[in-house]
Amino acid sequence: MALAQDVQHFVREPDWTWYILAYFFFAGLSGGSYAIATLFRLRGERSDEPAARLGYYVSFLTLLVCPVMLILDLGQPLRFWHMMWNTTPDGVGLNFKYWSPMSVGVWALLVFGIFATVSFAEALVRDQRLRLPLAQRAVRLLEGTAGTLFIGVGALFGLFIAGYTGVLLAVSNQPVWSDTWTLGGLFLASGLSGSAALLMFLVRYRPAAAASTGPLVISERFYALLELALIVIFALTLIPAGALGAAFGFPWILLWLVVFAGLVPGIGGLLTARLAVTDQGGTAPAGSSVATAVRTPLRTAVAVPGLILLGVLALRATIIFSIQ
Amino acid sequence: MAQITAGQAYGFFTDTSVCIGCKACEVACKEWNELPGNEPAFGDGYDNTGSLDSQNWRHVQFIDNVPDETSSTGQGKAWLMMSDVCKHCQHASCMDVCPTGAIIRTEFDSVFIQPDVCNGCRNCIAACPYNVIAQDEHKGVAQKCTLCYDRLQGGMEPACSKACPTESIQFGPVEELQQAARQRVTDLHEQGVTQARLYGEDSSIYGGLNAFFLLMDEPEAYNLPNQANAVLPQRNNLGGYLGALGTAVLAVFGGLIALRRRREPVADGPAGAPDDAPAEAAPETGAGED
Repeated sequence: MALAQDVQHFVREPDWTWYILAYFFFAGLSGGSYAIATLFRLRGERSDEPAARLGYYVSFLTLLVCPVMLILDLGQPLRFWHMMWNTTPDGVGLNFKYWSPMSVGVWALLVFGIFATVSFAEALVRDQRLRLPLAQRAVRLLEGTAGTLFIGVGALFGLFIAGYTGVLLAVSNQPVWSDTWTLGGLFLASGLSGSAALLMFLVRYRPAAAASTGPLVISERFYALLELALIVIFALTLIPAGALGAAFGFPWILLWLVVFAGLVPGIGGLLTARLAVTDQGGTAPAGSSVATAVRTPLRTAVAVPGLILLGVLALRATIIFSIQ
Repeated sequence: MAQITAGQAYGFFTDTSVCIGCKACEVACKEWNELPGNEPAFGDGYDNTGSLDSQNWRHVQFIDNVPDETSSTGQGKAWLMMSDVCKHCQHASCMDVCPTGAIIRTEFDSVFIQPDVCNGCRNCIAACPYNVIAQDEHKGVAQKCTLCYDRLQGGMEPACSKACPTESIQFGPVEELQQAARQRVTDLHEQGVTQARLYGEDSSIYGGLNAFFLLMDEPEAYNLPNQANAVLPQRNNLGGYLGALGTAVLAVFGGLIALRRRREPVADGPAGAPDDAPAEAAPETGAGED
C-alpha cells in the first residue's frame, strides 16, 4: 500500500463542471430507473406493471438530457461524432477503446438509448397512449422470451450507464478520483437510490402503480445502505493517498452533509422498520415512513424524495468539484 | 544536425545544469507556433509564465532554493531552472484515454494532438501527469508541444532547441541523446556534482520519455512524479469496473428481496389514490397480456 507522502499528483484539472454534473445526475437516474423497471416487470407481480412502465418513461425522459449536456460540454460541440468516428486521415473508421471509459461510455450510451427508446414506446403502446398499428405490431415482437431478453440486456446497459461515470473519473491521474476504486459503485448505488426516490414520488400521480410503493421503499433502503458503505470505503481508500482532506475538507463537508441528509430516509427506515414498510410486516402504506407517499400530504411526499435526490446531486457535485 | 528522417525517434535532452533561465525557448516556441501567450503574472520570483498550458508549450521553471542565511555557495542548487515541455512519453496517458483518436504518434515518434480531430472533451487533460495539456479557449481543442511537427517535416529542428544559447535543450535522435546524457551525468559525478541524475532516459518512467531531463534534485522538486508515481490512468479500469459490478450484483439482490417482501401478507390492503391524483388514461395490464 502506498504511503501518504508517496502519492504525487502534478496534473491539471480538466474543468469538467456543471454540464458534466448534470450528465452524471441524469445518467444515474436514467440507468437506475430502467433497471428498477425491469426488476418490476421480470420479478414483480401483475400489479407492478404500471410502476415498470413508469420506470421506462422516467428512464427515457431523463436520458434525453444526457447527450445534450455532453455535447454542450465539448470545446467543439459540432464534433461530438468524433467520439464514434475517427477522422484521422490515415485511420478513418470506428472509434472504440475498451480501456478508455469515455470511449466505452459513448457507445454504451448510444446502445442504451435504443433500449430506453424502445421500452418507452412499448410502454406508451401498452398504456394505449400510442395507437399506431405499426407500433402495436412491433410491441408484439417483445412478448415472451424476446421481451424478457430485451429488457434484461437493457437493464445491464442501464446499470452500466449509472455507474461507469465513476470509473471514468477514476481512470485519470487526478487526486481523489484516481486514488480510489469505489466511485463506479458509489455512483451506481446513488443513482439507484435516486431513481427509487423519483419513482416513489411519481407513483403519487399514477395510482395504479401505488401497489409498488412498498418494494420501492425497501429497495431504496438497500441502495442507501450500499451507498453509505461505499462512502465509508471511499474515505478509507483516500487515507493512504493523503487525499482525505481534499475530498472532505471545508467547504466540501457542507455538501457531504447534504449527501448524508439524503441517506437519512433510507437508513432511518432500515433502522426503525428494517425490511417492513408497516409495523405488521406488509407493504401497504401506513404510518409516517417514506412508503406512505401515496397517503401522506403532498408536502411530505415531495420533501423526502426531494431530499434523496438532492443527496444524489450533492454526492456527484462534491466529488467533481472538490479537486477542481 | 544530421538530416531528419521519418521513421526514427526524435526528442529532447534538457540538461538543467546549464539552463540560465533566459526563456529564449519560450519566445522561439511562441514565435514559430504563433501562440499569443497569456498576460504575464508577476509574483515574487522570475517566473511570469506560470505553467505549461495551451499558450505556453515551453515553460522555464524557476525553483527558488536560496537559503535565508547564505553560509556557502549554492553548488547549483540555490536556483534550479528547467525548461519544461511535453515529455512525448512512450506510454502516453493522454493517448491512452483520448476517445476520438485525435492524439497520435507521428512518424518521428512524437505525441501529436490533431487540432482538426480533437473535439475538446478534455479527457487528456485529466490524464496527463505532467500538467502539460490545456484547452485553447478560442479554438476549443486541447493543445501542447508538437515537437515542431511541421518543422521536422521540413527537415528543421524544433524552434526551442534551435534558440537555446547554452545547449541546455538538445534535439536529435533519442538513442544519440540518451548516450550523450549518460556521458554528461557521468562527467558531472566525476566533477563532484553528485546530485545530477537523469529522468526518463530509460524505460522506468512511462516506458521512456522522448523528451527527458538531467535534473539537479529529486524529480518532485521539479513537479515531476517519481518512478513509483508515474502510473497510467488505465490502472484503475479493473478496480473501478469490479467495484461497480459488485455493487450492481448487491443492488439487484436488494431489489429482489424488496419484491419478495411484498409477497408476504399485506396488512392494510391496496393503497388508494390521492384526491389530487389524475385519473389513469387506460387500464393497466401485465406486459405479456396486451
